[in-house]
Amino acid sequence: MSERASVPRAEEQPDEEHADEAEPVSTGAQSVVRALENAGTEFVFGVQGGAIMPVYDALYDSDITHVTMAHEQGASHAADAYGIVTGDPGVCFATSGPGATNLVTGIADASMDSDPVIALTGQVPTDFVGNDAFQETDTVGITQPITKESYFASHSDTVGDDVSEAFALADSGRQGPTLVDLPKDVTQGETEVEPKAPETPDTYEVQEEADDAAVQEAAEALADADRPVILSGGGVIKAEASSALREFAKEYEIPVITTMPGIGSFPEDHELSLEWAGMHGTGYANMAITNTDCMLAIGTRFDDRLTGGVDSFAPDADIVHVDIDPAEISKNVYADYPLIGDARKVLRQLFDAMPRAPAADEWREQCQDWKEEYPMEYDTPDDEPLKPQYVVERFSEVTPDDTIVCTGVGQHQMWASQFWEYTEPRTWVSSHGLGTMGYGVPAAIGAKLAAPDQEVVCFDGDGSFLMTVQGLSVAVRENLDITYVILNNEAVGMVRQWQDGFYEGRRMASEYPWIPQFDKLAEAFGARGFRLEDYGEVEETIQAARDYDGPSVIDAHIDPGENVFPMVPSGGDNGLFALEEDHLEML
Amino acid sequence: MPGPAPDERMRPEGRRNSQGIRVDPEAEVTHEPRQAVLSALVKHRPGVLAEVSGLFSRRQFNIESLTVGPTDDEDTARMTILIEEPEPGIEQAKKQLRKLVPVVEVTELEPAAVRRELALIKVDGEKPDDVNAVAEMYGGQAVDASTDSVTVEITGSKQKIDAAVDAFQQFDVREVVRTGAAALERGPTTLDNDD
Repeated sequence: MSERASVPRAEEQPDEEHADEAEPVSTGAQSVVRALENAGTEFVFGVQGGAIMPVYDALYDSDITHVTMAHEQGASHAADAYGIVTGDPGVCFATSGPGATNLVTGIADASMDSDPVIALTGQVPTDFVGNDAFQETDTVGITQPITKESYFASHSDTVGDDVSEAFALADSGRQGPTLVDLPKDVTQGETEVEPKAPETPDTYEVQEEADDAAVQEAAEALADADRPVILSGGGVIKAEASSALREFAKEYEIPVITTMPGIGSFPEDHELSLEWAGMHGTGYANMAITNTDCMLAIGTRFDDRLTGGVDSFAPDADIVHVDIDPAEISKNVYADYPLIGDARKVLRQLFDAMPRAPAADEWREQCQDWKEEYPMEYDTPDDEPLKPQYVVERFSEVTPDDTIVCTGVGQHQMWASQFWEYTEPRTWVSSHGLGTMGYGVPAAIGAKLAAPDQEVVCFDGDGSFLMTVQGLSVAVRENLDITYVILNNEAVGMVRQWQDGFYEGRRMASEYPWIPQFDKLAEAFGARGFRLEDYGEVEETIQAARDYDGPSVIDAHIDPGENVFPMVPSGGDNGLFALEEDHLEML
Repeated sequence: MPGPAPDERMRPEGRRNSQGIRVDPEAEVTHEPRQAVLSALVKHRPGVLAEVSGLFSRRQFNIESLTVGPTDDEDTARMTILIEEPEPGIEQAKKQLRKLVPVVEVTELEPAAVRRELALIKVDGEKPDDVNAVAEMYGGQAVDASTDSVTVEITGSKQKIDAAVDAFQQFDVREVVRTGAAALERGPTTLDNDD
């Protein structure tokens, strides 16, 4: 994968000559669209409506492609996935009121995962604001806690600048969502003011490089370690630091664990890889996390699904924490060596500062032994119902390395992350921090449009798929070659797993015996549908779905008794993961 | 074939506390809350107070008082925020505040900083001379009087105002309004945008 081109900055703006070619703006809405064009916007995901109509009208004359989604939640998820795959902000539109509130889930999702998204919402005319007008909501108020900044555009002359700034802000420092609320009179109003180039506000400062003395100290600590590990988070991918990470880890021979959002930052087929740690991470990663004496953690916010209880997280370790956001330092886990800066640049600084490689032969052997002791395995006797892990593994084997995997949220998400072998950054598109069921269907649409030449597979659960199934209509209309694989266990499987483990098997509202036939549902939408029940049909079904040029849905009826292991109970000790149901009782 | 059961696995000796700080495995360590005065320069524009107060409420910072008003620069407002938190919480509050886009500058003031609060206390007006006498004891003054009420203004530290309100109880306090603390660093130090 190539390192992405950055958002055009002031100095990279279209040159004078080119700017002269464009028609001058005459309304606020045109200025909004011009700002998006200036920032390099390729796609907008959205749904039309009354208050946003002037902006859509301006979009009519633009080369930006608009993708009409079936629901605004899908628009924000598609924009989010577009942002993950390309590294550039994904853009979504919605009208005021319900349009804006429907975007909220996707904006919150982007906020939790630091994905670059800009949301533009229609608003009732300024004179009506505050009067409970038709389709009015306080969108800025609602979204303030889940954006880097929410703007209320107050004037036609400055609305384009608001959009430019929101765009730059979404993509700067720690990426994340921004929103601009656009009152209808502001977008309809006349203006001849061209928007400024994308630039972050003057109060927003980002420290790119860490303090040299601090880097030196951290490097010494890492070089002195007997049991070093690298914990690579989603921030490594966002900072385009995956290749720097690979170089660093290989040069100094330090085992690498990723967080779940960090999947793809280091190749899982490399012997230094211990794959990912956390609640359902590998046993070997969790053993290494627990027993390390020095952890280089990069671009991770130490989410509780990763750490378990912080009192037992890497309890012997000095922690070197690299993050571009100072507020992440010592927020959840105390950092002995805080290094504030861009992951790629700080990794380069660390690389140069390392006095020597840590003497960790024994430790590396120990890590390999753990791979033997706690392998990722499952039972596959032919007479049992189909195992979900088998479907994921077979699919992973036949697809190219740069295949993009999207998921919903639930057990299927865990199997897709455990049993698919990831080797490239930006190939894993999932909802982590917010855990949004329904993320998969629209995310796959955003991912496919972002990377039309890459294969896109979406693993979903029956429960998760049903939450945004209407998005299939978009995939069909746009003729997107996406393979949706529903690992169908007729339940909200993760909830059921917890009820069985922690609520004495009282399966309240977790079983879905009224699930539709997804293969037929797919056909009704105009997609290709497959039903998969037996081991013998797995390969040919996968092949047929991949061969079909357009969206296809494999309804894979899997063993409803299959649960996700290993498992660290919520707030538990990573080293005390359960490998099977019996272990849970010991914890 | 699963590997060793949880209780048979390699285990380290160490331990952290609930704030993720490594501690002596034998010791019981908690950080006691302390009071901190945060002073923030913010862009003077609509919604900024909601943004700051929303941050404090959603992150569950224990806020004692928050005052806000314009400064000598018409584009800038200044907030004084008193919080009571354990040390890591205070650090976190500062960093989270700095992250807000309209926030220009944040600093924690020294304990010796000048801190003042204003209170207006309305009491029964039957003994205006006695009310005046008490007000003078606290450096305050009557600012309004009617046949059956007197309103007194007191400025000072939180403790002084607490004591004054107590002292006025003898006159049947009818209503009290307090501003919360406004604070500035002693000496020439300023919280400036340009440094």
